Amino acid sequence: MERVGTIARRSFLIGSASILGGVAFGAYFVTRPTPNPLLEGLAEGEAALTPFVKITPQGITFIVPRADVGQGITSTQAMLIAEELDIDPATVTLDPGQPNQAYFNGTVAAESLPFPAWDQGIVPNTVRDLMGQVARLTSSQFTGGSSSVADLHETLRFAGATARETLKAAVSARTGIAHADLRTEDGHVVLPDMTRISYTELSAEAAAIEPVTDVTLRPVSEWTRLGKPYQRLDIVAKSTGTQDFGIDVVLPGMLHAAVRANPGRGGGMAGYNADAALAMQGVRSVVEVNEGLAVIAENTWFAFQAAQALEVDWLPPDYPASSAEMWQALVDARTDDFRNSRLRDDGDVEAALADATVIEAEYRSPFLAHAALEPLSATVLVEADRVQIWTATQIPAVVRDAAVKLTGVDPSLVTVHALSAGGSFGRRLDHDYVVQAIQIAATMPGTPIKTTWSREEDMTHDFPRPLHMAVGRGTVGNGRVLAYDLDSISPSLVSSWFGRIFIVPPGPDTMLVWGAFDQPYAIPNYRVTGYAAPPMMPIGSWRSPGACSNSFFHESFLSELIHAAGADPLEERLRLIADADSRRVLEAVGEMSNWSGADIGPGRGRGIAFAHTHGVPVAEVIDVTMTDRGIRIDEVWIAADCGTVFDPVNAEAQLTGAAIFGLGHAMNCELTYENHAVQQTNFNSFEGMRLHQTPRFHTQLLQRAERVRGLGEPATAPAAPALADAVFAATGERLREMPFSRSVDFI
Amino acid sequence: MNLKINGTKHVVDLPGDMPLLWVLRDGLNITSVKYGCGIAQCGACTVHIDGEAVRSCQVALADVWGEITTIEGLGTPDALHAIQAAWIDHQVAQCGYCQSGQILQAADLLARNPEPTDEDIDAAMSGNLCRCGTYPRIRAAVHAAASAIREM
Ligand code: FES
Ligand code: FES
Repeated sequence: MERVGTIARRSFLIGSASILGGVAFGAYFVTRPTPNPLLEGLAEGEAALTPFVKITPQGITFIVPRADVGQGITSTQAMLIAEELDIDPATVTLDPGQPNQAYFNGTVAAESLPFPAWDQGIVPNTVRDLMGQVARLTSSQFTGGSSSVADLHETLRFAGATARETLKAAVSARTGIAHADLRTEDGHVVLPDMTRISYTELSAEAAAIEPVTDVTLRPVSEWTRLGKPYQRLDIVAKSTGTQDFGIDVVLPGMLHAAVRANPGRGGGMAGYNADAALAMQGVRSVVEVNEGLAVIAENTWFAFQAAQALEVDWLPPDYPASSAEMWQALVDARTDDFRNSRLRDDGDVEAALADATVIEAEYRSPFLAHAALEPLSATVLVEADRVQIWTATQIPAVVRDAAVKLTGVDPSLVTVHALSAGGSFGRRLDHDYVVQAIQIAATMPGTPIKTTWSREEDMTHDFPRPLHMAVGRGTVGNGRVLAYDLDSISPSLVSSWFGRIFIVPPGPDTMLVWGAFDQPYAIPNYRVTGYAAPPMMPIGSWRSPGACSNSFFHESFLSELIHAAGADPLEERLRLIADADSRRVLEAVGEMSNWSGADIGPGRGRGIAFAHTHGVPVAEVIDVTMTDRGIRIDEVWIAADCGTVFDPVNAEAQLTGAAIFGLGHAMNCELTYENHAVQQTNFNSFEGMRLHQTPRFHTQLLQRAERVRGLGEPATAPAAPALADAVFAATGERLREMPFSRSVDFI
Repeated sequence: MNLKINGTKHVVDLPGDMPLLWVLRDGLNITSVKYGCGIAQCGACTVHIDGEAVRSCQVALADVWGEITTIEGLGTPDALHAIQAAWIDHQVAQCGYCQSGQILQAADLLARNPEPTDEDIDAAMSGNLCRCGTYPRIRAAVHAAASAIREM
């Protein structure tokens, strides 16, 4: 990669190091290797050849630090190491490890910069590289932003290769056989005479020599596991009820807790009466926690019942009380005072809009809950000199630090047992539920306590996707889109979420305009302006944050302009896009769907949308049919390019799952507020897509893009605008507000 | 109270109005039965009572009318039920949290209807929410399991 000069680089780094952790480091620290955390806990004869591979006489452990929230990353991480180490990953213990600097996430930090992902120029790449270093130094270890594969694929393969070559070096030292004459196979080093020495037998000798770090990665053509259909390592457990999730922890002597928090987030309490709750069967105590109260009881059911029996005098929070007032706050924020960014400003939009007929449209996207099927839960055991936490989290280092702050123990005495999550969609990038669980357990040292949120608590106290609106203005002429101006307005997600978890980075909130400013269209006059409305209730990252709303606005308005210009939606997009990866996915989705325009016959319609999010270009085509039971989505075609695909079976699941997530919420879901409280508190009023609404999917991953990217989110964003476009083609009605069920009926 | 679960007798000392879901999870540590909503909207808590799929969050302990089967009673990693084998073949699960309920619901469907159409599957399985969106593979796996069972 090209770099700018040393001086500029260092000064930029020092100037930017506060972005994630509040610390500035010199270049010296940047180039110093990160210490290997596994070296500390090793016994005699055990080897930790890299921070990711531990070998003892008893067995081999891979550290797979990225959290599995359903996206299959545990399996992928193991497979990446195993490909180079030549071992069946099913024979290896997989351990998420403890929070550590060695497991930092540099990709997410880099993605939050004000450069579009498809812009691979010298300045963006240099700054991305530096941001990755800052993330390492500040130990920002988190799972999110579809970043795991992008961030770790080389690191983990190098870890496997380093371990393999070091094991060979150990055999070479033992036998005198030249390193080059040794090979590895199925957990063994194989000598020229076919003698096999197991890796575990070599642990002591490998630990005694310098790791061989001068290794080259195997080319794709030599892969035996990666890139081929393989069985996810957790698939048997997840098909037989034997997978343990965070909520399933069972410890001897464990008690159970439920939380009752202020439905108005952050409002506080004037007072409460716990007498009725304390008199109920199986109840041990009532304790105060962040945002409200908790009941400790003999089982979850008793705790749930008693939490309902608490009489609490809640104080109102300081955000607007109703959805109507919140929308008004957004409308009012479209002024220079709230202008936060203008990261795209090509040509002369003002001039272009001044001398033509202006097409204008307003779009809205509601608050949405994450509502992972597994409600939030954490089990905590506080002891005199140790705190243990069992939970499913995407931010283990933040969880550890919270335990340190709340209990005063040394960080080295906190153990985070990171467990599988029954979904997340971004919710486990917050740790409020763990904080409460620590507060609860701290009242009964020595007793493990599992805190489980009811579904109603989970939905009432989500950090929702923020409401978001946009106004588009544009002009067309000669069958082309000539000017495009989009104002995107929302409370700042970066201030809210980063403010809770890290610190608020300086500069514009790029997430507020993700999916809009960063799209690879070359419209001659093209402008995207972000407005940060005043903060409301705390908000959070929701699958494809920013873009899940902006892509709907951006693509829908583009679609309106293309229609007004009388152009073909696919051809006009291709005409406007120069980026080769993006063009290829559009061409591919056109071929897959036999594209010949939006008209596919009476009572039917075809829509298209494109989005470049998380570094992945995705194009989706959707067919719908009007039926007497409502609109039916028939088929969805998805073409995407995330570079090399390591786990093809799972990659397909992520594409379809993300599209279903995008479609189901766009059709059916919203959170509305009355008296500061969420009105939808369970799946009877918030359910996403169900089986009977699910269309048939056709997917293609092109694997032509140079950079490797993740797929957990990218197919989410274009789903809603593609559906709206299809409904327009079928009915002539533009859907400018989600959920679409406000305007039309679906089957 | 006596319960027969997966062929084994259990004695529980819990209130009669306690939902079977919590009796199984917290009283007997059978955590494969999942809590998702508590109000019959998600199907994560599905078990069989006398072979019929029911929402265990809606069945009070005192009302349990027959023998309970949880996913462990259907099959185990070493002795998979045909439906589980199909689920593995199609790699249905993402987070997996809903899948015990999905599989038990599918078992109920296939016991009544050995050759379901897509519409039959939709009708029988739409009460089982999957927030990860594994639906296309659920459909495919139900069809595959149906033909595997027919050929047995
Ligand atoms: S927990 Fe019983 S249906 Fe959701
Ligand atoms: S696999 Fe996650 S809810 Fe179904």
